[in-house]
Amino acid sequence: MNQYKLTHLELLETEAIHVMREVAAEFERPTLMFSGGKDSIVMLRLAEKAFRPARIPFPLLNVDTGHNFPELNEFRDRRAKELGAKLIIRTVEDALAKGIATQVPGEISRNRLQIPTLLAAIEEFQFDAAIGGARRDEEKARAKERFFSFRDEFGQWEPKKQRPELWNIYNGRLLPGQNMRVFPLSNWTETDVWEYIAQENLELPHIYFAHEREVVRRKGQWLPVNDLQPPKEGEEVKTLRVRVRTIGDIMTTGCIESDATEITDILAEVASARVTERGGRADDKVSESSMEDRKREGYF
Amino acid sequence: MRFTTAGSVDDGKSTLIGRLLHDSKSIFEDQWESLERSADLAGGTEVNLANLTDGLRSEREQGITIDVAYRYFATPRRKFIIADTPGHVQYTRNMVTGASTANMALVLIDARNGVVEQSKRHAYISSLLGIPHMTVCINKMDLVDYNEERFREIREAFYAFIPRLDIRDISFIPISALKGDNVVTESANMPWYHGPTLLSHLEDVYIASDWNLKDFRMPVQYVIRPHTDEHHDYRGFAGQITGGTLKVGDQIGVLPSGDRSTVKSIRTHNGPSEEAFCPQSISLELEHNIDVSRGDTLTSFDNLPYTTQDHDAHLCWMHEKPLQLGKKYLIKHGSRITKVVFRELVNKIDVHTLEEVHEPIGMGLNDIGRVRFKSMGALVYDAYKKNRYVGGFVIIDEASNDTLAAGMLRSPDKPQPVPDFTDYVI
Ligand SMILES: Nc1nc2c(ncn2[C@@H]2O[C@H](COP(=O)(O)OP(=O)(O)O)[C@@H](O)[C@H]2O)c(=O)[nH]1
Ligand SMILES: [Mg+2]
Repeated sequence: MNQYKLTHLELLETEAIHVMREVAAEFERPTLMFSGGKDSIVMLRLAEKAFRPARIPFPLLNVDTGHNFPELNEFRDRRAKELGAKLIIRTVEDALAKGIATQVPGEISRNRLQIPTLLAAIEEFQFDAAIGGARRDEEKARAKERFFSFRDEFGQWEPKKQRPELWNIYNGRLLPGQNMRVFPLSNWTETDVWEYIAQENLELPHIYFAHEREVVRRKGQWLPVNDLQPPKEGEEVKTLRVRVRTIGDIMTTGCIESDATEITDILAEVASARVTERGGRADDKVSESSMEDRKREGYF
Repeated sequence: MRFTTAGSVDDGKSTLIGRLLHDSKSIFEDQWESLERSADLAGGTEVNLANLTDGLRSEREQGITIDVAYRYFATPRRKFIIADTPGHVQYTRNMVTGASTANMALVLIDARNGVVEQSKRHAYISSLLGIPHMTVCINKMDLVDYNEERFREIREAFYAFIPRLDIRDISFIPISALKGDNVVTESANMPWYHGPTLLSHLEDVYIASDWNLKDFRMPVQYVIRPHTDEHHDYRGFAGQITGGTLKVGDQIGVLPSGDRSTVKSIRTHNGPSEEAFCPQSISLELEHNIDVSRGDTLTSFDNLPYTTQDHDAHLCWMHEKPLQLGKKYLIKHGSRITKVVFRELVNKIDVHTLEEVHEPIGMGLNDIGRVRFKSMGALVYDAYKKNRYVGGFVIIDEASNDTLAAGMLRSPDKPQPVPDFTDYVI
């Protein structure tokens, strides 16, 4: 009977495909959040597999913070075109102009500003489900998430009132105005994602691999130098061989020094990593509960 | 391999998970620093391993676990998914969530207190939910001088109530989650114990047979219709196989309609395939153009599932609003949603004694009991005992859409008529 056995990665895959199909079956207007980052690339492949030989039955949605890495945006647009998928982009810039989002003085990252932008996009298109690539191993508030994460009329997450989720049965029922965030990769770790990328031979934006980049040292991280982020006085600009491990706001995404040019190098690097993937992201460092607080407001 | 923790508050569940992660080198520096920061703030000197999984602010404030936290770690031999669950009675529903997909339950017992009500209750729920393997960790051995007698006493006490449980495989390990004895490394303090450490036990336990590979079952989840020239008439019935195996050319039945057809093609994760098996998510084409849609179940012909509107099940009630007999609720079972009415409360499990209380007055939050109910459409199922993924369901409130209860179907007491299958002739 041994041949009827799935590997750990295959079990994760079968679970994620089941979740994607459940969304397609139970919701009227679902969307898939696609940023061009590694987790959303994996999600896209799972969505392809879930519906073959038909097309992915949801539009793709991206909130462009204006602080996205340009390499990521190029990749995002190209992949959507190749798949013939509809790509909806809503920008923080626009949300600021319309007064949907307001900047707090001194706020550098646009991470928080994504929230109202996303909520407005959900309302504009009347999305009842948004599939996201968040994983429970990323952060300890995320470790508490369900696959189907219920959000009220204000997009809020109420961690104490989550719906029990048993076996492979998900309760996707909503009242008007409410919506669901769905996380098919809930049980995947960073290593699983990289192993899957290797297995499926998935193309990635090149910034995940080692490249030369101008960086400055700030708060213990190597931050990329660009128009939005010129070096401050007294900061030394260095050109290093780096890569990004996780991609967020360009202002706060730390680069790590690396020579990894192949996926196998990255797998080795991840296996011996001493800090978590989000260890390089200042947005999580604000306080013990910053992720929980943002999620309560409507973040992924 | 998925495992879940169980046991009373403060028995050391979260600490044990922290210890497993720490000693298997799965804690990262930034996570450790943040633990140290909180220890500093709290004025303590030692970091609190439980804070690794207690991820919500209110959990850290109160020093308790409220909702399930999922954690991941891997050794060279196996990858693990851990559900760290709350011990408080009021959060039992979250414990049930964590238990439903677990291969193993780790039941923790505080060596000073022995087998208390909540340990029994959680062990009972683990067995009711059909977790195939159970490991009883007798924890805080450091506080009882690593005493062998104490370990034996507790094991005896646990054995005494095992007959009430339905467990395939059980082991006992004396540990100290705080100090690390027998968690990842063997304990020098307990030379009298000759068994494996917890981690090596977790790595060794045989779980491949936890899936039911006998009787083919697949609830149809979604119908794939490409609407392209190339695949003009394509109808792919998609779903996760919840039992058995399937080959191209196999005869299959559709329930509850009673149609039958032959499998024309199968597509798994890896493209077209000659066969598929549980728990793969697949899609398949049938030879005949019969009516099949979401909510139907595809089945093999030997050992047919029950197809009936009258049901008998165990229910874990998970909501503040108590169960009302005669009221309409929604049920989600497999891919089918229909209405049900509960007609009779057969019994309720007394939390303290685990005895069945007959003709109970009601069923409220965290109660477990046996009910009879009727569904508007027929449900197609096997007993939960035979297959968790075919016999489990949830109850949903029609007005609020809250999930109210989880249920485990039992074999009906009346003999069931065998459905008539009609050959579809084109
Ligand atoms: N002495 C001792 N204390 C322990 C041990 N395991 C846990 N504790 C302590 O027991 C308390 C409760 O632990 P926690 O992991 O939060 O329990 P939970 O409610 O089951 O998750 C904490 O103060 C722990 O430090 C142990 O093996 N020995
Ligand atoms: Mg705990």
